[in-house]
Amino acid sequence: MPHKTFFAFILPSLIAMVLFIALPIVSVVVQSLHVEHPRVLVEVENCQPFGGCTKEVRVDTAAMQQLEQEQPMGQFNGLGTYLNRGHLAVNEIGAILSSNAGFGDVVSRIYNLPFYKALSFTLVFCFVVTPLAMALGFVIALAVNAVPKAIKGPVIFFSLLPMIITPLVGSLILYWMIQSNGIIGASLQNLFNDPTLSLRASPVLTWASLLFYGVWSNAPFSFVVFYAGLQTVPGDTLESAMIDGASRWERIRYVIIPHLMPLATFVALVQLMDNFRVFEPIVGFSAEANATSLSWMIFNDLSGDAQLFGSAGATSVLTIIGVIILLTPVLIRTWREFNHKVV
Amino acid sequence: MSEATQTQKRPLPLNLLITVFIVFWVVLAAFPFVWTVWGSFKVEPDFFSRESWWNAIFGTYTQAQTGSAFTGDGYYGAWVTREFWRAVGNTAIVTVSVTVISLTLGTLGGYALARSGQRYAFWILIAALVFRAMPHITLVSGYLLPFFQLNIWGVLPTSIIVLVAINQPFTLWMLHSFFLSIPKDLDESAMVDGCSRFQAFRRVIIPVMWPGVVTTGLFSFLLAYNDFATTSMLLSADNQTMVPKISSFLGSVQEAGNVMYAVAAVVSATVPLFILVLFFQRQIVSGLTAGAVKG
Repeated sequence: MPHKTFFAFILPSLIAMVLFIALPIVSVVVQSLHVEHPRVLVEVENCQPFGGCTKEVRVDTAAMQQLEQEQPMGQFNGLGTYLNRGHLAVNEIGAILSSNAGFGDVVSRIYNLPFYKALSFTLVFCFVVTPLAMALGFVIALAVNAVPKAIKGPVIFFSLLPMIITPLVGSLILYWMIQSNGIIGASLQNLFNDPTLSLRASPVLTWASLLFYGVWSNAPFSFVVFYAGLQTVPGDTLESAMIDGASRWERIRYVIIPHLMPLATFVALVQLMDNFRVFEPIVGFSAEANATSLSWMIFNDLSGDAQLFGSAGATSVLTIIGVIILLTPVLIRTWREFNHKVV
Repeated sequence: MSEATQTQKRPLPLNLLITVFIVFWVVLAAFPFVWTVWGSFKVEPDFFSRESWWNAIFGTYTQAQTGSAFTGDGYYGAWVTREFWRAVGNTAIVTVSVTVISLTLGTLGGYALARSGQRYAFWILIAALVFRAMPHITLVSGYLLPFFQLNIWGVLPTSIIVLVAINQPFTLWMLHSFFLSIPKDLDESAMVDGCSRFQAFRRVIIPVMWPGVVTTGLFSFLLAYNDFATTSMLLSADNQTMVPKISSFLGSVQEAGNVMYAVAAVVSATVPLFILVLFFQRQIVSGLTAGAVKG
């Protein structure tokens, strides 16, 4: 295809992506290097007829407005925002490392820094939910593959629901069931005979319920992909494995799983990408006291009364760096494959 | 798998295990929805019962408060009192526009990517993959300040364009692999017959591309419909779509003791998705697997 035709076809799409994905990334980087203007203070002398004069410090709103008009980004701050307590917290980490009471103390004090708290939940969510959801999806695929055809349709229908549902709505639905006056929460209280048992109160239980939500909503995707993969397992290979005396389990282990491996890489990649942006369940479960994620931190900075663009920008840049690190192996592999094809 | 392995006899315990597991999974997947739909027709002390969840099933308090075991009060409160219908209208506008625009841009772009063997086509695809992985909220923090400056924050068209752009990487990948599966000879022979590239696309490719476009369209629709991060930050309170509306419901409604409004709104937002899966199950499944098998 000639270059000109190619670009004529792809231009609208390219413009949209450059304007609303590439440029915002640049804008985020620029923002992260700036910080809000400090408040302009003026000293006002307040004299009353009988009370004498008192001096009062006030925020000069007119001057503030003018400053904001002139420099809407705020003032240049360099890497200051990245290194402050809300983000990488370099000084605090240094202090913790230089004086601490053992390894446990270091971990718990670093965990109390907001950025590391969010990062640890995000990573745990990514790397716990993804494998568990894939395993569950694989087992469901094997089971559905074994049931009569008439049942398959409805089972697939119901299986799709947790995945297709709006994440915020799905997490609300689960949250209403597990909170202490919902059906599951109340039943658990009865079961353990502990009326104070509440999934919200303890960090461990909050994490567990968020991870449960993650597996619940991620498993259907693996299931559908693996189920489609199962339809393409070569029958001849299976039969020869049977003739060689392979048991059911051995057939799964040595024929089916290797056959599904390429699919599994794909599923893992997509789910890692999606789980890295975990955000809605935290809002739905109102779990921010015990679990925050990187995306939630950005949302929180932006949705307050004073929108902290600098802070949100810095977290965003750090998140983007995280995404790129996560994607590097895939990018390298695709690059090699492409070169292979061309040569 | 061949018939021989399918029909091969399984031992009874294994069959039993499979059945139990399937039932367990279907209950796990479907019960939360069934329960919430059922509960949305009750009053709050029943659905969020401190005494016993049998109340939610029999509607003890619903009976006492309204005189019948089911009530539509939650729905009335959400749709009429709190004007949820506005949000529904906005969602309809946003999702339909996003789907139509992103499919139009995506088919053109995806077709070009599939037919060009150039190196830059590969780079565009890789860039799209990286863009696909960006958490949407990171982009939102880049939009806000420029949008405030340009004074285009808060209105539907802005969100529509942003969602189209966020959607493009996925749409391009999906349609790119779909167009790869349409034989090159088809449009090339049309061009030998004297069509220009665009005429070939219009007369030969457009008539055969609908299955792929419908599947991709479903996913564009879902992205726009399910989005929370972008719409909640980019729309003003009057223009909110369903999902941010539900989230802003939560705070105010809980204080006023009207949680059932939120429950009713949540159920209302689920219904279109149910219908979608009911009618397009096959396309959704094929769309999910197409990406995997080809990508």
